[in-house]
Amino acid sequence: MYWTVVITVISLIIALIIGLVLGICSITRNKLLRAIATIYVDIIRGTPILVQILFIYFGLPSVTGITMSALTAGIIAISINAGAYLVEIFRAGINSIDKGQMEAGRTLGFSYAETMRIIILPQAVRRMIPAFVNQFIVSIKDTSLLSVIGIAELTFAGQSIYAMNFRAFQILFAVGVLYFIIIYILTMFSRWLERRLDVS
Amino acid sequence: MIKIKNLKKSFGELEVLKDMNVEVKPQEVVCVIGPSGSGKSTFLRCINRLEEPTGGSIYIEGNDITDPKNNINKMRQKLGMVFQQFNLFPHMTVLENITAAPIRLKGKSVEDAKDFAMQLLEKVGLTDKAAVYPDNLSGGQKQRAAIARALAMEPSIMLFDEPTSALDPEMVGDVLAVMKDLAKEGMTMVIVTHEMGFAREVADRVIFMDGGYIVEEGSPQDIFDNPQHERTQAFLSKVL
Repeated sequence: MYWTVVITVISLIIALIIGLVLGICSITRNKLLRAIATIYVDIIRGTPILVQILFIYFGLPSVTGITMSALTAGIIAISINAGAYLVEIFRAGINSIDKGQMEAGRTLGFSYAETMRIIILPQAVRRMIPAFVNQFIVSIKDTSLLSVIGIAELTFAGQSIYAMNFRAFQILFAVGVLYFIIIYILTMFSRWLERRLDVS
Repeated sequence: MIKIKNLKKSFGELEVLKDMNVEVKPQEVVCVIGPSGSGKSTFLRCINRLEEPTGGSIYIEGNDITDPKNNINKMRQKLGMVFQQFNLFPHMTVLENITAAPIRLKGKSVEDAKDFAMQLLEKVGLTDKAAVYPDNLSGGQKQRAAIARALAMEPSIMLFDEPTSALDPEMVGDVLAVMKDLAKEGMTMVIVTHEMGFAREVADRVIFMDGGYIVEEGSPQDIFDNPQHERTQAFLSKVL
């Protein structure tokens, strides 16, 4: 359970950065930046996460010669996977803000970046919270796939235990309950956050 | 104050502004009227480069705003703008809407910015709404708050893009009254409007636009009482 939480938290922080940066790239006028964002999103969304995990852990080292720990590979895989979906969430969220907001900010003398930071993103992020939470939940569950590269996250730990005592029903039931608890806590937190941010 | 030379603007194939030449003197109030689609809003939005002009130059106090060497963000601080749709920031209170730019861009202290904001709110009759979020204001109140927000940067020119067109009729008067006060104080103003009564009363000069051209310009008396051009006559006969 410890590794499940650690991997999820680190991965989601990285994914949020990827999502924000490439999300903004995807709405700029710069064609190159837009193309980078589009290609990244298309590749990641177009391939299964299990293939991505195996590719990063086994595939890449066999070509580049750079080996990494299963944990590093797992964090990278979850990050770039969630990142691709977050790019789309950021893009849609930013686009949902009326373009008059950007115009009003620019007219006052704010730069594009300042307007984004002070005016657009604070509004957009509020609207994105339900979509964020959805993606976070998917990513938490995706960490269970990291058992295939031998990371001792929750599912892997469960497998190790019932491999010894053969109590698959009880152990997997307990594993399921633990995932449910983690996700339920997150869901509660997000509902609270949505209520708190719903000012005015 | 504003000198516009050979301004052109096209959207793709569509030529919206065809060779506009306008000069606005300090403290002058210029109203731009004309049928919808005549390019008057585009013209106004070119002045602060919300629309990128296709050709020509626009000098604001002697500096060409279309010149990439000039800092557009600095130059825009001199040009306050009021929109038809208000465009207040919904995640900030009225006070925060007004103080955000002076604090961050002019380096004003929070205290000074608040004091000045309260003076502006008094001017537009909204002192009791300082702590309120824009969603809880009526249209007329929103527009007056938006005017206060623009004034907080102490611009030397104010641009108004159909400021009363999105308002219920009973709200229009309050907004026009605020604009009238501004004009009396000597603010240089360019106003795109459908309020002919207001234009006649407040404008020093009226510009009639149609089809991307200035068809006719002159004093309100010239334009409203004695229009020379038949397109001006046709337009005025429909709206007056």
